[in-house]
Amino acid sequence: MFPTLDYAEVGFVCGLEVHQQLLTPTKLFCRCPAGLYTETHDGTVLRHMRPTLSELGEYDGTALMEFKTKKNIVYLLNVKNVCTYEMDDTPPFLVNQQAIDVAIEQCLMLGCDIVDEVHIARKQYLDGSIPTGFQRTAVVGVNGKIPFRGRTLSVTQVTVEEDSCREVRDRGHCIVWRADRLGMPLIETVTGADLRTPDEVEEAILLIGRVCRSTGHVRTGLGASRQDVNVSVRGGRRVEIKGVPKAGWAPRLVHGEAWRQVNLLKLRDELHRRGFTNADSLRVESQDVTQLFAATEIPYLRPEAWERWIEDEKMRPGFEIGKGPYRVRAARLPGLAGTLSWPTQPEHVFAHELAGRVRVIAGLDQVPNLLHSEAWPDARGTRSELKRLRGRLRCGPDDAIVVVWGPEEDTVTACEEIRLRYVDATQGVPNETRQPFVDGSTDFERILPGPDRMYPDTDSPPTRVTRERVALLKSSLSERPWDRERRYAAVGVPVSTAHYLIRRGGAVLVDRLAKETGAAVRDVAFLFGERLKGLRRASVPVDAIPEERWAELLRAFVATPVLKQAWEQIVLAIAATPARAVGDLLAERALGVEPPAWRAGIPAAFAAATEKAYRKEDARLVRRLAFASLMPGLLGRVPASEVEAAVTRAANGVAEVRA
Amino acid sequence: MNEMNDPLKGYKGHAREILVKFDVKVWSDVRATNDAGSVFEGVILPRSESFDDLHVVMKLKNGYNVGLHVDRLVDVIEVGYKEAKYKIPEKEFPSRPTLPKVTLLGTGGTIASRLDYRTGAVIPAFTPGELYGAVPELADICNLTTKKIFGVFSENMAMENYLVLARAIGEEIAAGADGIVIGHGTDTMGHTAAILSFMVQNSPVPIVLVGSQRSSDRPSSDAALNLIHSVRTAAYSDIAEVVICMFGPTSDRYGLLHRGTRCRKMHSSYRSTFRTIGDIPLAMVSPTSFTILNDDYRRRDRTRVPVIDPVYDDRTTILYYYPGMNPDLVDALVEKGYHGIVIAGTGLGHVNKPLYPAIKRATEAGVHIVMAVQTIWGFAQMYVYDTGRDLMDLGIVPLDNMIPETALMKLSWVLGHTRERAEVMRMMTTPIAHEITPREPHNGYLVMQGGLPETEEWVRGHWK
Repeated sequence: MFPTLDYAEVGFVCGLEVHQQLLTPTKLFCRCPAGLYTETHDGTVLRHMRPTLSELGEYDGTALMEFKTKKNIVYLLNVKNVCTYEMDDTPPFLVNQQAIDVAIEQCLMLGCDIVDEVHIARKQYLDGSIPTGFQRTAVVGVNGKIPFRGRTLSVTQVTVEEDSCREVRDRGHCIVWRADRLGMPLIETVTGADLRTPDEVEEAILLIGRVCRSTGHVRTGLGASRQDVNVSVRGGRRVEIKGVPKAGWAPRLVHGEAWRQVNLLKLRDELHRRGFTNADSLRVESQDVTQLFAATEIPYLRPEAWERWIEDEKMRPGFEIGKGPYRVRAARLPGLAGTLSWPTQPEHVFAHELAGRVRVIAGLDQVPNLLHSEAWPDARGTRSELKRLRGRLRCGPDDAIVVVWGPEEDTVTACEEIRLRYVDATQGVPNETRQPFVDGSTDFERILPGPDRMYPDTDSPPTRVTRERVALLKSSLSERPWDRERRYAAVGVPVSTAHYLIRRGGAVLVDRLAKETGAAVRDVAFLFGERLKGLRRASVPVDAIPEERWAELLRAFVATPVLKQAWEQIVLAIAATPARAVGDLLAERALGVEPPAWRAGIPAAFAAATEKAYRKEDARLVRRLAFASLMPGLLGRVPASEVEAAVTRAANGVAEVRA
Repeated sequence: MNEMNDPLKGYKGHAREILVKFDVKVWSDVRATNDAGSVFEGVILPRSESFDDLHVVMKLKNGYNVGLHVDRLVDVIEVGYKEAKYKIPEKEFPSRPTLPKVTLLGTGGTIASRLDYRTGAVIPAFTPGELYGAVPELADICNLTTKKIFGVFSENMAMENYLVLARAIGEEIAAGADGIVIGHGTDTMGHTAAILSFMVQNSPVPIVLVGSQRSSDRPSSDAALNLIHSVRTAAYSDIAEVVICMFGPTSDRYGLLHRGTRCRKMHSSYRSTFRTIGDIPLAMVSPTSFTILNDDYRRRDRTRVPVIDPVYDDRTTILYYYPGMNPDLVDALVEKGYHGIVIAGTGLGHVNKPLYPAIKRATEAGVHIVMAVQTIWGFAQMYVYDTGRDLMDLGIVPLDNMIPETALMKLSWVLGHTRERAEVMRMMTTPIAHEITPREPHNGYLVMQGGLPETEEWVRGHWK
């Protein structure tokens, strides 16, 4: 289903921006608790964002786009996790120094050079995700490198920044955000554009994740780490796939994006061939055709259908719904026939690019939100409507048509946006931020902003980072994941187990417990990295067992190795009563103590086994059955090997007697 | 060296020496390498004078700023020079003869501005053309004229500024303005509004003070909406009084028009910081409507002749009473030649007994002492308790529900006219612009207590 691509030939280049929340009790610029999520709210604020003039007296492209969308931005507030800082009604407090320390630690793990003075900058975001209209962010480290596939993956910079709001709903002209996550400290690791295939992208995401998690000072769980993936091909432009939730999604997404760029470059060539090389050569004219569709056969174009949709979707005038009466508007695209169905992503065509812009910028988010002459609905009467429309717009055979509908003002914006998207197409690939979907496709989110949106935060003084502070943090730095993997491999821990432990934050515990109890790293790693997985899947609350119990258990294993064979039974007992000492649990069950005359039961076990075996002459089967009946009572008390040997000896003895 | 022309602006001591050594300056586009081999490419920025002399600040190509320790710099090569040019794009403000004429007087607060992306410096937008570039909606409201009266921060406004401002208002009214907007920092906007209410009486047109709580260089600023609201008020509102026009709620919903003598900044940073004290606001204003809340105001009338009365005496002060206040504070004010003292007393207008002899000495020396309440809301009712009666006997005159800042402004203005005791006290207790109101409506004091079930229910159902 997925078309193949020779990545080297198309000049595929990819870099990452990996976001990782830091584990601090409070937020970055205020004293609100970090990591306290709520699903209810007790206050709401309504705001709008207005772009600020940039240095050249022009609005930043993204800023202008966001302003055109005329979004009503609603924030849901809960007093438990939000104060007046998050509401942008109080200036920032001094930056959380603990977060700076954790960020420095992360930078050191990534092999970065730490900057001497951290300056807080404001990065404009006008989508409303941050109520100020900008994110406070600062470079902490630069020039890092980490080993990757026998070469190095460069880390351009690491920034510490405040997390944004969580999106609750985005409909029409109204976007709703929950402010609980806003202001939590995170670091963004920016890699060089060093990745050359989709598989490398996934691997690099996982690698950076392991580096971050090696310290134990970052958050884990849903949403604690997210990545933006930057992709381009030769002749294309950087496109950011934003908020890829899982590393496993990345290969399909970046492949799809590379393919899209290749196709957009072909479309550019086609447009140039037809003489469309810039904005001046494109003439897109649109007109109101509401009357033409007054009694249309296309059900969703009828005014009453629109009214019903508004009602069903609870779209409120002045909030979700834009200005003006319901209108149908058609744009004639002279000389552009065939371009609407031009392939872009796998299973997508250029009309999808238009639909994305119309959805985001004109705020028209009905599905579908546009119709076009190259995929016109095929029902009774609809073809003749298209014919009438062609007549009305005076379309020739080389012309294409796009139809949009909704509040008048939005339909005008939509037609203008369609023109602008074609202008972009004459130049190839526009710089965009795109949102990812599980099927591997992406859709337009916003124009990618440039460096013009960055400016110093005049509310915050710089923080000096002395070399002494860096040295102190370096002295207690966790082991880097590749060093740990090498050490684990040397004692026989499989790479997959090592990765799992590092990712889940268990590796630090493994090493600590091994050191403390004298247990072999391999045994501890196996217990936490493999054995507990099954119990966790079976909903046994192993994660609630305190570290103290694990230490007692491992010490018992060292003193009485036979107990290891009863590990599951013992862990279940601990999980059931995590407050009780492991020694008591073992004593109660007489575990680790060999029953005095267990060998005396062997002949009876054999007799029963012979009785049960359906092929009584099969000595191996009889032996296995006898062993299986004896072992449960001896688990954790007599080594299985010893039981097996005794059974074998007994079986041979029986055979000798028979002979 | 002239600070403005210093090519190493803000750099001193060691950092300055190192920059000189590498022969680079502020705005140099450089490639700097440090002892870890890290390369930083970008522009050297000016440094704040208050920062240390160990770091150089660079704006990197990706827009971030970093500070580099000068002792770690191995090499700095200048590859170019990119000086910031502080210029605001101007678009000609469209003139439409049918629209009202509004004059915007600037005092120094920035209600509209452009940001310098490299330094973070805010460059005020002020001419009509500049304002039109920043807030194009203004052109649909009025024909705008702007005059920069002075450029001071709100906290540096002083008596002589008020005189200049009052005269300028008089001139603009005489020149035919349909309304006046005064751009002002928010910290002392209440003081300015109060004294202008006395210095400019009988105005035929609205006089609207406006500012912003979030600077206009940020996307979420309240500045543009405040400016739109205030210009609309000046152009179209029927309220020919000195009013403050600032956000009602913190949400982008509507502005409130507060009477100049009854308004106070109540929060250091909230957008909805201004509140009418002891009464309700005059009106709500949105980009499309006015909603009158309090009908008791002076109507717009172009034929009315304003009284411009710009006088003051700055030997006046306010004494914020606290338990155990030492009487020598009062003596010191007398000794230093003060003519008037507003005491912000406790409760209904009280101070402790040990202060009495000092107060007596002061009034005998000709110092005029008046009483307002530090509770902000409520009346000074000094006849209720013995303490109050004793204080009145000592010559202190209660000012009813005049808010303390307004009382100070009025005392300064009154003492600019006369220091004759009976006349001073007559003027102080005779309201000119509702600074004293005969009755306090029950909704004139509404500081809702958060956490109460009924409050929370209300808050949940309304925009904050």
